[in-house]
Amino acid sequence: LTGSHHPSNQVEQCKSPPSTVGKQGNMSSEPGNCQNHQDHDPDHGDAGPAKQTMPMPVPNLEVQYTKIFIDNEWHESCSGRKMPVHNPATGDLLCEVEEADTEDVDKAVQSARAAFQLGSPWRCMDASDRGLLLNRLADLVERDRLRLATLEALDSGKIFLMAYFVDLMATVKTLRYYGGWADKIQGKTIPVDGEYFTYTRHEPIGVCGQIIPWNFPVMMFAWKVAPALCCGNTVIIKPAEQTPLTALHMACLIKEAGFPPGVVNVLPGYGPTAGSAIAHHMDIDKIAFTGSTAVGKLIQKAAGDSNLKRVTLELGGKNPNIVFADCDLEYAVEQAHSGLFFNQGQCCLAGSRVFVEDSIYEEFVCRSAEKARNKVLGNPLVPGVDQGPQIDQKQFDKILELIESGKKEGATLECGGGPWNRNSLFIQPTVFSNVTDDMRIAREEIFGPVQQIMRFRSVNEVIQRANATHYGLAAGVFTNDIDKALTVSSALQAGMVWVNCYNAMSTQCPFGGFKMSGNGRELGEYALQEYTEVKAVTIKISQKNS
Amino acid sequence: MLRIVLSRTLPRISGISNCQYSAAAIPVPSAQPEVHYNKLFINNEWQDAVSKRSFPTINPATGEVICQVAEADKADVDKAVKAAREAFRFGSPWRRMDASDRGLLLSRLADAIERDTAYLAELETLDNGKPYAVSYSVDVPMVVKCLRYYAGWADKWEGKTIPIDGDFFCYTRHEPIGVCGQIIPWNFPLLMQAWKLGPALATGNTVVMKVAEQTPLTALYVASLIKEVGFPPGVVNILPGMGPSAGSAIASHMDVDKVAFTGSTEVGHLIQQASGSSNLKKVTLELGGKSPNIIMSDANMAEAVEQSHFALFFNQGQCCCAGSRTYVQDTIYDEFMERSVARAKSRVVGDPFNMKTEQGPQVRNTEQFKKILGYISSGKREGAKLMCGGGVAADRGYFIQPTIFGDVQDGMTIAREEIFGPVMQILKFKTLEEVVERANDTKYGLAAAVFTKDIDKAHYISSGLRAGTVWINCYDVFGAQAPFGGYKYSGNGRELGEYGLDNYTEVKTVTIKVPQKNS
Repeated sequence: LTGSHHPSNQVEQCKSPPSTVGKQGNMSSEPGNCQNHQDHDPDHGDAGPAKQTMPMPVPNLEVQYTKIFIDNEWHESCSGRKMPVHNPATGDLLCEVEEADTEDVDKAVQSARAAFQLGSPWRCMDASDRGLLLNRLADLVERDRLRLATLEALDSGKIFLMAYFVDLMATVKTLRYYGGWADKIQGKTIPVDGEYFTYTRHEPIGVCGQIIPWNFPVMMFAWKVAPALCCGNTVIIKPAEQTPLTALHMACLIKEAGFPPGVVNVLPGYGPTAGSAIAHHMDIDKIAFTGSTAVGKLIQKAAGDSNLKRVTLELGGKNPNIVFADCDLEYAVEQAHSGLFFNQGQCCLAGSRVFVEDSIYEEFVCRSAEKARNKVLGNPLVPGVDQGPQIDQKQFDKILELIESGKKEGATLECGGGPWNRNSLFIQPTVFSNVTDDMRIAREEIFGPVQQIMRFRSVNEVIQRANATHYGLAAGVFTNDIDKALTVSSALQAGMVWVNCYNAMSTQCPFGGFKMSGNGRELGEYALQEYTEVKAVTIKISQKNS
Repeated sequence: MLRIVLSRTLPRISGISNCQYSAAAIPVPSAQPEVHYNKLFINNEWQDAVSKRSFPTINPATGEVICQVAEADKADVDKAVKAAREAFRFGSPWRRMDASDRGLLLSRLADAIERDTAYLAELETLDNGKPYAVSYSVDVPMVVKCLRYYAGWADKWEGKTIPIDGDFFCYTRHEPIGVCGQIIPWNFPLLMQAWKLGPALATGNTVVMKVAEQTPLTALYVASLIKEVGFPPGVVNILPGMGPSAGSAIASHMDVDKVAFTGSTEVGHLIQQASGSSNLKKVTLELGGKSPNIIMSDANMAEAVEQSHFALFFNQGQCCCAGSRTYVQDTIYDEFMERSVARAKSRVVGDPFNMKTEQGPQVRNTEQFKKILGYISSGKREGAKLMCGGGVAADRGYFIQPTIFGDVQDGMTIAREEIFGPVMQILKFKTLEEVVERANDTKYGLAAAVFTKDIDKAHYISSGLRAGTVWINCYDVFGAQAPFGGYKYSGNGRELGEYGLDNYTEVKTVTIKVPQKNS
C-alpha cells in the first residue's frame, strides 16, 4: 500500500481484498461526500499536497483531554466521579474521563445562558464573524486531522483510514459549509395587509442541548454544533460515554479558534444521568438527539414533561435497498455490501433489508456472500483491514442474539454467523438469504455486520414491503429504468432515497427521517430551520405604498 | 471621515481573537512599492499585447509615471475569450469541480489577499491616490469579506423541484451563464474587482475582465494570486486597456455571454447598445448617481453633519453613491451649513501615504480633473453660494480643495449632473412631501439617505425614495450581504448579496415524464 493516488483511490485499495475485481466506486457509497473527488481534477479542493502519501496513525498517541469543558475551561466533575474509556479492538483501558451529571449540566447551562445574554460578545458579533470562527475551526481540524483520526480509531474501533478520509473530511466540510451560511440566514420583508411594515428576524433559539452517539463521534459533533453555532446559539453537547475523546479534542480547538467562553460546553457522561438532565432541563431551549428510537421517545417525553423545549431527533432505521434485475449487477452487489457493512454495520443508514428481484436473486446472494467472506478483520489501525470490532459488549451480545434468531426463524445463513477471534468484540461478516418480512432480523435494527437479502417480483409489491416498517430513514434503488427509478423513489417513505448509489451523503444535502426514524432534518439549508426562531416585527406606518 | 469608516470596520475585525491586524496596527507603508506585474493575464499566463503596445500608469499624487503596462485591444480580447471559453467547456476541470471546491478556491483567494493586505494597500494608494489608511483598513478588508461571502454561496445556490401539473417531475438547475465580460472603474479598483469576481466565480462562470487604464496594477497582482491559489487556466483573464478599444471589443463580442459594467451612465448606454447590436448578451450595469441625502430638523445634528460630510467627500468624492444633494430642513439649515463648512475646512488634503491625510488627489484623468473644476465654475456662474474651497489644492498632482456650495437650486447644473469630485451641494427644503418629490426629480436612482429620529418619517421617506439603496441615520454602509444597484439611469441588476447571484445564473427547467405522479 504505497498509495500515491488520490485519497479516494487509496481508500479503495485498502478496502478491497486483492482478489476482488470490483467496480471503482466504493467511496461513493460512504458518507462524507468524498465521492465526487475520485473522478475529477486532483489539483483542487481538498486534495492538498499533504495527502499525496498514505496517512499513518499517530504512534503511541497520548490522550490529552479528559475533563469536562465548560466556559472554555477544563473542570472536574462535581461528583468527583470518572468513567473508563476503552479501546474496543483490544479491550485496553485508554484513560479515565470526568463523568458529568446533573450538577455539571446545571453549571454548563449557566455558562451557556450567560454567553447568550443580550449584549454578550457572542450575541453582538457580526454573523460573518461567526462564520469566520467556524472556518477557523475547520482549519484547525484539518491541522489536527491525523491526531483526531487516530483518536477516533482507538476510541471507536473504526478503521483508521475511514476515520481519516470519511469522518474527518466530512467534519471539515460540514464546518466550512455552515461557516458560509452564517451571514446568509436571511429574514424577509412581507407585504402584509394594512398600513404596516412587517419583517422577520431569524434569531437563534438559545441554549441548545445536543446528545450524540458513538458510531461517528467527531462527525456527529460537527453535524450538531456547526448549524447551531452558525445560527448564533450556544451549545451543551454530551458525547457518548463510549467515545468522548475526539469531542474533548474539538473542545480544545473551539477555544483555540476563538469562540467566546460558554458558547460551546462539552460534557462526557451517561444517558440516564447527564443526558436525562439535559433533556429535562428547564433552561435549555432546544434539544437535538441522535441515537436509538427507544431513547428518542424518552427525549420527546422529557421535553413534554419539562419546558416544551424544541426537539429534533435522528433515530434508527431498517432501510430497504431495492435491486431491480435491469441494474448493473456487480456494481449493485458492491454498493449493497458497503451500504450494510460500512462502519461495522453501525450506521442508522445501513441498508439492512436488501430486496432483490427474483430473476437475479441467486446470483446476487452468491456474489454478496463472496464479498462478505473476503472482508479482512483486524486491528483498525493497520492498513488493509476493513472491519474493526463492534463498539461494546452490549451491542456485541445484541447482534449475536439477533443472528441466532435469524437462524432459528429459518433464514439461510450464507456466511459468518458468529463471533470472530475469541474474547474480542469482533463479529464475522454475516449474510442471510431467504429472509422473510416477518423475521426479527427483517424488522429490528441490528446495528452490526449482518446483511438480510429478500426476494421480490413486482414494483408494487416491493414498494409496499419496503414501506412496511415503522422506520423511514433511508432507502436505495438500483435500476437503469428511469420510470422505475422515479416511481420507486417517490413512493418510498424515507428521508433519503439513493438511486444507483448508497450512502451518497454530502453536507449540502438534508438528512433525517420519516416516521419513527426522527423529526427534523440535519445538514443542508434545512438544518438552519431547526436552530432558528422566526420573529415577525410589524410596525405601524402612516401610509403604505407598494 | 476616516473615523467613521474605521469605527465601522475595525471593531468587527478585532472582535475576533488572533486576527492579523487591528486599528492600532496599521503598518508604516512603503510609498514606493515594487510593481511585479504589468502584462496581460490570459490562461494563467503573462502575455504581451498582440500589438506590443503599452501605456503608462501614473501616480496621481505626483503626476509621475509608475510603469508601462501592456495595452490590450481586440486581438487580446479574442485570445482571452478563447481561453475563457475553453475553461468553460462541458467536461472541463472547472465545470466538473464540486461547488464547495469553487468556494474553497475563493476562500483561499481571500486568504492570500488578506496575507498581502499591506502590499496591496500600498499599490492601490500609489496607483489610485486614495489615502493609504483607507486602502488598508477599508478597501482591502472589504475585498476579503466580499470574496469570503461569495465563497460560502458556491454550494448553497440551490435549484428547486417544482410541483407542476400533470404526470411530470420538474426541477431547476442553476447553471453558470458562461463567459462573462466585466469592465470595472478606477475609483475602487480592488473592491470592484472583488464585487465582480465573487459572484461570477461562485456560480461557476469564467471571466474576461478589463480593468481601468488609470488603475491597472492591483488587479494584475490579484491575478497572480488567482493563479497561486489554484484556479484552473482560463477561468479568470485580466486585461488592462482602454474603453473604446478593449472595452468595446468585450461589449460587442459574439462569444461573450454576459457583460457587467460599472462606470458612467454615458458608457452604460454604449454597453447596452453593443449588446443589442451583437449577440444580445445579458447586461448588468452599475452607473452614476446624484444621490439625495435628506436631513430632517429632528436629526442628531452632529451625526448628520459628520455623516453628510463623509457621504460626499469619502474617496475624494469619487463615489457613484456620493450624497451630492444634501437636502436640509429650513429650520436647521443655517446651523447645518456652518458646521459642514467648518468640517470641510478642517479636512486634511495631502500626501495619501501620510496617515493623517483624509483626502488624496483625484484619480489621474486630466479630463475628469478639468470637468470637476468646470462644475465648480458653473456653480458660481449659476448663482450658488461658494461657502469654501473652489479651487486646485496643490501645484502638482491632481488635488482639489474640499468645496461646499450653499443656496443651491434644483435646476442648477451642479444639482443635476454627477460631479464625481469633492464638491458638496446643500439645498433647503420645508416639508416632507416636498423633499421626497424633489429628491426623486432626477434621472438617477442609485442611493439615498434620510436622517431623522421619527420612525414615521423614516419609513415614509425610505418608501417614497426611488433609489436602490436607502440609508437611515447612516451613509455608505456596505455589507457584502446587502444588494447594491440602481433604479432608472443608475443601472440594471444588483450586485452583492444573494441577489448578486441571479445576475450570473441561467435557470434551466428540466421536466421528466413519469408514469404516475404522487404528492
